Amino acid sequence: MEKKSAEELAKKHREISIAEFFEKNRHLLGFDNPRRALMTAVKEAVDNALDACEEARILPEINVELIQLSETRFRMVVEDNGPGIIKAQIPKIFAKLLYGSKFHKLSATRGQQGIGISAAVLYGQLTTGKAAIITSKTAKDKPATKIKLKINTTTNEPQIMEETEEEWAVKEHGTRIEIDMDGSYNKGRQSVDEYLKETAIVNPHCTIIYTNPEANQIIFPRAAEELPPEPKEIQPHPYGVELGRLMKMLESTAAVTLQQFLTTEFVRVGPGTAKEICANSALLPNTKPKKMTREMVENLYNGIQKTKIIAPPTDCISPIGAELLEKGLRKEVNAEFYCATTRPPSVYRGNPFIIEASLAYGGEQEGDKTVRIMRFANRVPLLYQQGACAITSSIQGTSWRSYGLQQSKSSLPVGPCIIVVHMTSVWVPFTSESKEALANYNEITKEIRLALQECGRKLASFVNKKRRIKEESKKRSYIEKYIPHVAEALQEIIQLSDIDKKKVEDNLCEILEHTRGELEEISVDNPDYDPELAKIGRDDEDYDSGDEDEEDKKSEKDKQTTLDD
Amino acid sequence: MTKTMAKKDDNNPVVLKIKDVAKKIYNTILLQKQPQLEMPIRSLSNVTYNDKDGYFELLDKTKTRTLTASTIKTFAQTLRMMHLSKNLVETDDIATKREAYYVSKNWGEARFKEQPESDAVMDDIEAMMAVNREQIGFIPEEKGGAVAGELIVIDKDQDTGKDLEIDCTKFGSGAYSVPSSVEHLKFKTKAKFVLAIETSGMFERLNKHGYWKKANCILISMGGVPTRACRRFIRKLADDHKLPVYVFCDGDFYGYFNIYRTLKVGSGNAAHINEYFCVPQAKYIGITPQDIIDYKLPTHPLKDVDIKRAKDALKNDPFVQHYKEWQKAADQQIKMKARAEQQALAKHGLNFVIDKYLPDKLKDHKTWLP
Repeated sequence: MEKKSAEELAKKHREISIAEFFEKNRHLLGFDNPRRALMTAVKEAVDNALDACEEARILPEINVELIQLSETRFRMVVEDNGPGIIKAQIPKIFAKLLYGSKFHKLSATRGQQGIGISAAVLYGQLTTGKAAIITSKTAKDKPATKIKLKINTTTNEPQIMEETEEEWAVKEHGTRIEIDMDGSYNKGRQSVDEYLKETAIVNPHCTIIYTNPEANQIIFPRAAEELPPEPKEIQPHPYGVELGRLMKMLESTAAVTLQQFLTTEFVRVGPGTAKEICANSALLPNTKPKKMTREMVENLYNGIQKTKIIAPPTDCISPIGAELLEKGLRKEVNAEFYCATTRPPSVYRGNPFIIEASLAYGGEQEGDKTVRIMRFANRVPLLYQQGACAITSSIQGTSWRSYGLQQSKSSLPVGPCIIVVHMTSVWVPFTSESKEALANYNEITKEIRLALQECGRKLASFVNKKRRIKEESKKRSYIEKYIPHVAEALQEIIQLSDIDKKKVEDNLCEILEHTRGELEEISVDNPDYDPELAKIGRDDEDYDSGDEDEEDKKSEKDKQTTLDD
Repeated sequence: MTKTMAKKDDNNPVVLKIKDVAKKIYNTILLQKQPQLEMPIRSLSNVTYNDKDGYFELLDKTKTRTLTASTIKTFAQTLRMMHLSKNLVETDDIATKREAYYVSKNWGEARFKEQPESDAVMDDIEAMMAVNREQIGFIPEEKGGAVAGELIVIDKDQDTGKDLEIDCTKFGSGAYSVPSSVEHLKFKTKAKFVLAIETSGMFERLNKHGYWKKANCILISMGGVPTRACRRFIRKLADDHKLPVYVFCDGDFYGYFNIYRTLKVGSGNAAHINEYFCVPQAKYIGITPQDIIDYKLPTHPLKDVDIKRAKDALKNDPFVQHYKEWQKAADQQIKMKARAEQQALAKHGLNFVIDKYLPDKLKDHKTWLP
């Protein structure tokens, strides 16, 4: 065999562009099958649109249109009324992976990494060879910019295929993205339909107009005229920063001294705390950040862990609110009982977060099936990878039997119930770039469990009440059943007349009913229920049971391995 | 104790009592109040050992069944059962417990699902009326027991009503079977004692080898816990002819405290009639814990349930609490952790029981238990 020299081998080594990497690993971004790809593309576009509107403090109105071009090819059009994007930025935002405004800041927005929409563009390009078309207008009196874009996968740089100016008179400002891609349109729990519906439920301040490939238009009208509070950006909390990141921050800081670095780059660090950290790290407060050695940074890192620092502020995140969450659920499910809870803010790895939970029980829901779970992170519905999600494992780890649902050991409960969990945080820890499952941080699962338990206790008291009423009405029918027998036996023994016998029956009725009081009734009383809305995402059961199960099984396996660890 | 006379009789005390209870209930209902049924509690907790007469005497604890939503079914069933009883007594008919259970199938929703339910209601009525089950027209299915030996039972011919003499020596390898109702029986005998035996296997052996001839006695097989009829039969027989009664059981707690104790002083369940359905003159001759040692009998280990039964008896059974001898024997056996069956005597030869064991035991009062 011919030997190869190191030099020869070295020729084979070259840099991998991130775009190339995802071209090969598109499943990491949620583009693994045509059905999911379509959903993911819509999701990324809508998430961006909502973020843009909210940041600009505009009540969002979003138009989503799916047009079927051939059996496997679709055109996705998403148009918002956001602030628009200036011409210079359009190419990078839509055609460069890992370019974004949200990665380097901590705030409760939908997008995080700056991958999503470019990945959709890349996917479209890969499957159809066509460029994405972006149109954006920033002000009424300015023309709109229309750019046809591709991604150069070798360099991860945008390629502008065509750039024109356009009138776009109907729009004052806003952005429109058009991507052709391979896809498959189905209904069911993991569909575009379901995604948009759930988005509308947890974002009552937005209007979504959706035209599906069958050319049916569904309008999810705005239910709240107020935007949620603007997510505030915060600096990182010292506890949440790892050694490597700390080194990078020290390199790039403008601060002259270590103390200044600590007070300006971190939240919750004043001069006092900064001095304490320095003392705990055996470093002088006036050390120059740029001159710190690796050992010194490690000392600093350990010093930070030793120092008591107040938890990060929590006003930077805003929950949906128990009330709105329950209201959303009322639209979706016609049940006998609803409850919701919002936990007080908590912190994981220096990131503040809030868990909210809601559930609906009974009514038209089926009692012999696993409960339905709706998961949300920063107001985005999570439709895939349910089995790998911390929300699912927390639901499994909660003892639902004491709350009136059936449950075999550490599996999902069974009963006529839907459980909704929402996590909002300045940084939501997803298990992968496709952002479909929450990672298992102890602080997070604990909060989820506490929220579930709060709802569970309310559920238990309802279920008990329902059972009491059921028993009571059973007893009453019991009474009615046996009174005639008492009367008949008495009649036979002491030869009562029929009139006397009737009297015995009437009196017994009165005596027994008197001691029991009024019978309370439980029924479905839910004027908010929207059957048209509830129907969305429910069709196509066949497809559902096949694909979804497979997906779930796979995730179940993943979860098993993580649990075994 | 007399048998209810066989004719339609409005003045029959049972009928009057049933009507009385029904009227009270009716009147209470008319007053818009919840009617109640009151009956004695039938369990060991509501009996005391009457030392003088030697039986379990009923105490005055009663249970009251108030008509409520949860009791209305049993309440209705009790009344219907009382009606059935009244009919039976009035027409001089009888129904077995099983038949009564089937009669209830006509009661629609109020019918019994299983026979134990109807038996319990029947026992309640019996206790409420403070009479014997036969007096309210119900008879048990169970046989009274088997008899062989020097005894002539005088029964009545079913058709002619004439006396009918039954010679219990003339059944060969078989035996006379005690009827479910024994009040009308009379006896002629020259036997010296009655030997009541737990198992029919041992009875067969003693009968086959004519032990009754040899010892001049009457053999009665109880076949487990003696039925009421069997108890009453032995009692009448022993009373009428002033015969001693010896009891021969397995050497275990079931033999001592279920079979022997029930025969001698009655049961908690039938406390209201124990006075007549017990045999105070009975003495326990075997097998005792001491016999297991003296005769080197092969044993089986005691099970947890056996020990629990013994501890229960020591704690709750007024009979055991009265007799120190029984307490000692029970303690001794609990320590031995073993039990022995009657048949264990066969270790020393099949007829060891006839040739050696019984003659020895009968001679020596000190080996008996009270």
